[in-house]
Amino acid sequence: MSTTQSPPAPGPAATSSLEPAGPRRRRRGARSSDRGASRAFRWLATGAGALILILLVAVAVFLVIKAWPAISMPSDELVEKVGLLRNSSSLLDYVGPLIFGTVLAATLALIFAVPVAIGIALFTSHYAPRRLASTLGYVIDLLAAVPSVVYGLWGALVLSPIVQPVWAWLNENVGWFPLFAGKVSPTARVLLTVAIVLAVMILPIITAVSREVFLQTPRLHEEAALALGATRWEMIRMAVLPFGRSGVISAAMLGLGRALGETMAVLMILSPGFLYSFHILEAGQQQSIAANIAAQFPEADPLGVSTLIATGLALFAITLVVNVAARAIVARRKDFSGAN
Amino acid sequence: MAQRIDVKDLNIYYSDFRAVADIEMAVEPRSVTAFIGPSGCGKSTFLRTLNRMHEVIPGAHVQGTVAMDGVDLYGADVDPVAVRRQVGMVFQRPNPFPTMSIADNVLAGVRLNNKRISKGDAQDMVEQSLKGANLWNEVKDRLDRPGSGLSGGQQQRLCIARAIAVKPQVLLMDEPCSALDPISTLAIEDLIAELKSEYTIVIVTHNMQQAARVSDRTAFFNLAGTGQPGRLIEIDDTATIFSAPREQATEDYISGRFG
Ligand SMILES: Nc1ncnc2c1ncn2[C@@H]1O[C@H](COP(=O)(O)OP(=O)(O)OP(=O)(O)O)[C@@H](O)[C@H]1O
Ligand SMILES: [Mg+2]
Repeated sequence: MSTTQSPPAPGPAATSSLEPAGPRRRRRGARSSDRGASRAFRWLATGAGALILILLVAVAVFLVIKAWPAISMPSDELVEKVGLLRNSSSLLDYVGPLIFGTVLAATLALIFAVPVAIGIALFTSHYAPRRLASTLGYVIDLLAAVPSVVYGLWGALVLSPIVQPVWAWLNENVGWFPLFAGKVSPTARVLLTVAIVLAVMILPIITAVSREVFLQTPRLHEEAALALGATRWEMIRMAVLPFGRSGVISAAMLGLGRALGETMAVLMILSPGFLYSFHILEAGQQQSIAANIAAQFPEADPLGVSTLIATGLALFAITLVVNVAARAIVARRKDFSGAN
Repeated sequence: MAQRIDVKDLNIYYSDFRAVADIEMAVEPRSVTAFIGPSGCGKSTFLRTLNRMHEVIPGAHVQGTVAMDGVDLYGADVDPVAVRRQVGMVFQRPNPFPTMSIADNVLAGVRLNNKRISKGDAQDMVEQSLKGANLWNEVKDRLDRPGSGLSGGQQQRLCIARAIAVKPQVLLMDEPCSALDPISTLAIEDLIAELKSEYTIVIVTHNMQQAARVSDRTAFFNLAGTGQPGRLIEIDDTATIFSAPREQATEDYISGRFG
C-alpha cells in the first residue's frame, strides 16, 4: 500500500560515519556490491513493471485486431451476416444492453458486498478476540478458494428457491420502487439473485484487503483518538476508517473487477435478456458481457466470434475506466491521506 | 477546573510482568510535576495509568488506587472513556490526525462530546485553543490545510491545542519536546508555564534542565535492575530535588554520575 507509513529504518549510512577509519576499505568493497545488488533489483522491478504494461497493451491489441472485422464492417452488412445481431440494428445496439447488464449486476454486488466486508474486516481487526479473528479470517479466505462453478450451482439450485418468496414479497409490497417493479420470476433466476452470488464471491477479497489496511493504522493515531476520550467505534471513525479509506477503495475496485468479469455464476443463474431494464426481479431482462460470450461462443462463426470479441473489448474498456476512476478518487484527497 | 491526584499503593503490570511497583504520590492542582529517571523505569507506564490509557494494551492492568479529587479512577463504575475526557494527553511523537484539517484536529475531541456545535462556536473554539497553544499566528491562514503539513514543533503544539480544546482537568505530557528543536522546545515550555494557571500538568522528561525550568515538583523514578519493577525514589519541590535531594541515587542521577 502506498499510503502506509513506516518509520525509516536506520540504514548503513547512519552507522558508517561512527566507524573507525581502519576497516574503511573492506567496507567500501561491501558497499559497491551492495550497489550492484540494488541496481539488479532496480532492473528487476522496472522489468516487472514494464512486463505488466506490455501484457496490458498486448491484450488490448489482441482484442482490437480480433474485433476489427466486426467493428469495421458497415452496420447493415454486419447485421445481415451475424445471427447474434438478428434483433439489433448495429454493433453498438448489441453491446449497449450487455454493458448495461454487466455494470448493473456488478454495481449491485458491490453495494451488497462493501458494507459487509468493511464490517467483517473491522470486526476481525479491532473487535474480535485474537483466536476468533484468525478463525474468521481463515474462513473468509476459504470462501475465496471456492470455484465459481460451485457458486453458480449454489446460486441456481440452493439460493434461488430460498429467495424466490422474498423477491415475490418485495415485488408485491415495494413494487413502486423501480428496481423491484415488473413481473416477478417464479424461479428467481434474475439479476438480484446473481448480484447476491457475485457479492458473496467478491466478499473475501474486499474483506481480506480491508482487514490488512485496517491493521496497518498507526498505533499513534489510534491512541490519539482514545486519549481524547473516544469510544472504540469513535476511534475507528476518527483514525481507522480515514486511514484505510484509499485501501478500501482499492479493495472494492478489485472486487468490482471480478464482478464485472465473472462468467460462470452469471451464466448458470441468470435467465438472460437484452434490454435496458432495471427490473431486477424479472426474468429475461439483462445479460452480462462475459456470460454472453461464454454462452454464444461455441456456436459462433468467425464473424460472430469477432462480434463477441468486440463486446469483450467493451468489457476491457469498462474495467480500465473503473480503475482510473478509483485512482482519481484516491488521489483527490491525497494531501489528507497521511502519506506525507 | 484543575484537580489534585492521589496515588496509593499502585502496582502496574503488563500481563505477568510488574513494570512499576508501590507508587505513593500526590499531585497538586495548578502545578507542574515532572517525572525523571533512567530509561525503562516506568515513567511512561505510570503516566498512562493516570488517564487509563495503560489498559488499551492487551494484558495490561493495575492494582491500587488513583484518586482525582477523591474519586478513584479505577472504581468499578468508572468509565475509562469518561476519565480520558477529563485527563488530556500529549504524546512523545506529535500525532495529529493526518486525514483532518488543522481546524478539525483541534475540534476532534470537542466533537466527541458534543456532536452539534454551531459554526461560530467552532471557530471561536479553534481560535482560542490555538492561541492557548501559541500556534494561532502561524496557522490562522491555513486552518483548512492538513495538520500533517506542519513542522514537528507546530504539530506538537497542535496536539496540545487539541488536548486543551476539551478543557480537561489534567494534562499529561510524555516527553513532549523530545522530537523538537530547541526553539520549539522553548515555545512549548513557555506554553506549559502559561497553562499551569488552569491545569494540573504532569510531564515526563529526559532533560534535567527542562524539569528544572518548567516544574514545581519533581519525582525521580529508578529501577534496581533489568526485570525489576521501577519505583518512585523520591518526590519533592523541584528546587530541593536539584539542590539537596534526600536520596543518594537521585543526586547521582541528576549530577550525571548515574550507573
Ligand atoms: N507494551 C508493553 N508491553 C510489555 N512491557 C512493556 C510495554 N511497554 C513498556 N513495557 C515495559 O515496562 C517497563 C517500563 O517501560 P516505560 O516505557 O514505562 O519506561 P520509561 O520510563 O517511559 O522509559 P523511557 O524513558 O525510555 O521512555 C520497561 O521494562 C518496558 O520494557
Ligand atoms: Mg517513556
